[in-house]
Amino acid sequence: MAVKIISEKCKGCGLCIKACPFEAINLLNKLAIINEKCTSCGACINSCKFSAIVAEEKKVVKKDLSKYKNVWVFAEQRQGVISPVVIELLGEGKKLANEIGVELCAVLLGKDVESNAKELICYGADKVYVADSDLLENYTTDGYTKVLSDAIKEIKPEVVLYGATHIGRDLAPRIAARVNTGLTADCTKLEIDPEDKKIKQTRPAFGGNLMATIVCPNHRPQMSTVRSGVMEKAVRNEHNKGEIIKLDVKLSQNDIFTKVVEIIKTKKEMVSLTDAEIIVSGGRGLGCEEGFKLIKEFAQKLGGEVGSSRAAVDAGWIEHSHQVGQTGTTVKPKIYIACGISGAIQHLAGMQSSDTIIAINKNANAPIFNVADYCIVGDLYDVIPAIMEAFDNFNK
Amino acid sequence: MNILVCAKQVPNTNEVKIDPIKGTLIRNGVESILNPDDANALEEALKIKDKYNDTKVTVITMGPPQADDMLRECLAMGADDAILLSDRAFGGADTWATSNTLAAAIRKIKDYDIIFAGRQAIDGDTAQVGPQIAERLGIPQVTYVQKFDVNGDEVTVERQLEDGYEIIKVKTPVLLTAVKELNIPRYMNVEGIYNAYKKDITVWGINNLPVEKENVGLDASPTKVFRSFTPEPKGKGIVIEGTTKEKANELLNKLNQKHII
Repeated sequence: MAVKIISEKCKGCGLCIKACPFEAINLLNKLAIINEKCTSCGACINSCKFSAIVAEEKKVVKKDLSKYKNVWVFAEQRQGVISPVVIELLGEGKKLANEIGVELCAVLLGKDVESNAKELICYGADKVYVADSDLLENYTTDGYTKVLSDAIKEIKPEVVLYGATHIGRDLAPRIAARVNTGLTADCTKLEIDPEDKKIKQTRPAFGGNLMATIVCPNHRPQMSTVRSGVMEKAVRNEHNKGEIIKLDVKLSQNDIFTKVVEIIKTKKEMVSLTDAEIIVSGGRGLGCEEGFKLIKEFAQKLGGEVGSSRAAVDAGWIEHSHQVGQTGTTVKPKIYIACGISGAIQHLAGMQSSDTIIAINKNANAPIFNVADYCIVGDLYDVIPAIMEAFDNFNK
Repeated sequence: MNILVCAKQVPNTNEVKIDPIKGTLIRNGVESILNPDDANALEEALKIKDKYNDTKVTVITMGPPQADDMLRECLAMGADDAILLSDRAFGGADTWATSNTLAAAIRKIKDYDIIFAGRQAIDGDTAQVGPQIAERLGIPQVTYVQKFDVNGDEVTVERQLEDGYEIIKVKTPVLLTAVKELNIPRYMNVEGIYNAYKKDITVWGINNLPVEKENVGLDASPTKVFRSFTPEPKGKGIVIEGTTKEKANELLNKLNQKHII
């Protein structure tokens, strides 16, 4: 698609300039002109009251894509443990596979991972492709890219899903370049077009201010990375039947250019925000680092985890691993309590699909109240102790 | 040593707000900036230059002519050279086509030991262009670099993971993507700013690059934007009134009624 302005119809009103998120339209001699910044997002098309902006579909030679079948999930594992996002991908992948009418397959790379393969079947994989090799024990970009790209070229999946983890986001783009296909990053929604069975991938862009639905019409496989905590987990059923297929691993030490010397788990508290049912988050409104003591106490009382806004992380009050939002973790707990968080769009993007949101803020006009189910206007240093007391009384 | 830094000019998305009534983006006064992670990439290159005199740092970007401003900023921070890839033919590119264009330019530059890029740009957040450039050049990559050291042709880095990090050794040439924990980018200095405007910025269009027109820009992009929209706000919920104590009790009541606790 390319966006074009029909100059005969353009009245130079400038509405499209306001609608454009990328400053890609200028006014020249009272006519709108599209410049190089255009990403063909199409945001301007509906803004034009004179139908002067059109999307132009260029004729492309259609390739034969019919050989590509099945939905694949990259079953990321670290030290022999399947990453939690994989279970979510299997849940989502199953829905997609059923809608297209194909099988759900997992592809597992590692060393001695047979038991993991069985586990993937329990979570709904019809087939598990296993690449077992000493060279695949730890993730390396080169080793994993080669083995997975070879498998994609040979077996030809229609869709490949990866977790948007530090591994998935390293691996997937490299594979996309090698097998010459498109890749959509950090998807929050995947749908199958009922007509052509193609996948529609929706993702936040522009700091979460804009959502874009992306398609990959003429290349296969269609590939996405998916943020953890967004899709629903697959349900485990040990009676599930599936097939384990060994892949022929054509990999030698010379193919791997990086050497992993050591993998270090930092002592910082493991924050599993994505799995938390209750999250209590603190922001700039805490005023100081000590404020997180109160947040921690509150979270512990409720049996929840501590989250934070970016402002609190940038101020150095808490580690980045606690950050919720666009550049932190996406969460959807049962209860999200935002304390002293104004609600920048980047923060909202990471927590607004929580089941119940409670916001505590001094400023009655804080944007956080626009997404909250329950709004308490007041000083968090008064409100939180009062809620903790009420909670104790309630439990008696 | 020759170091290339891939950078992007982006709108400062932190300043963008949503018009609460129309639900559209308010863009007035939103400035264009050097992408934050790319500033970390440039800083790390400049640190090598501080240490080793024979280091040359070249910044390369693909973008509209306005990206000249950002490149001058990079020069003012201390970069030696700047190259702008600008052509309407490059426009509308997804990461596949963008990496093709940048890789073509890097092939033309030919001599490089380390390529630094930012982990991701704040307008798209894809983190894909770096790895895809590395793939097209056939060189190794390490993403999410939070600590860097170079000794001859051997690079040792810490690659950030969600729950820790890994130590990786790799030989040059290599492409590395920087996270903000890597360093604190320096400011431009007066002399740098003065010199930045005396330097020429090299501009390359499609005809200057060893790449076919069919492999750049919108038409070469496997992914297409089907539609874009602003997310719908959820709408304000119940405001709980009263004294602090009443508010707390009322909240617990509400949560209890809805069986949330």
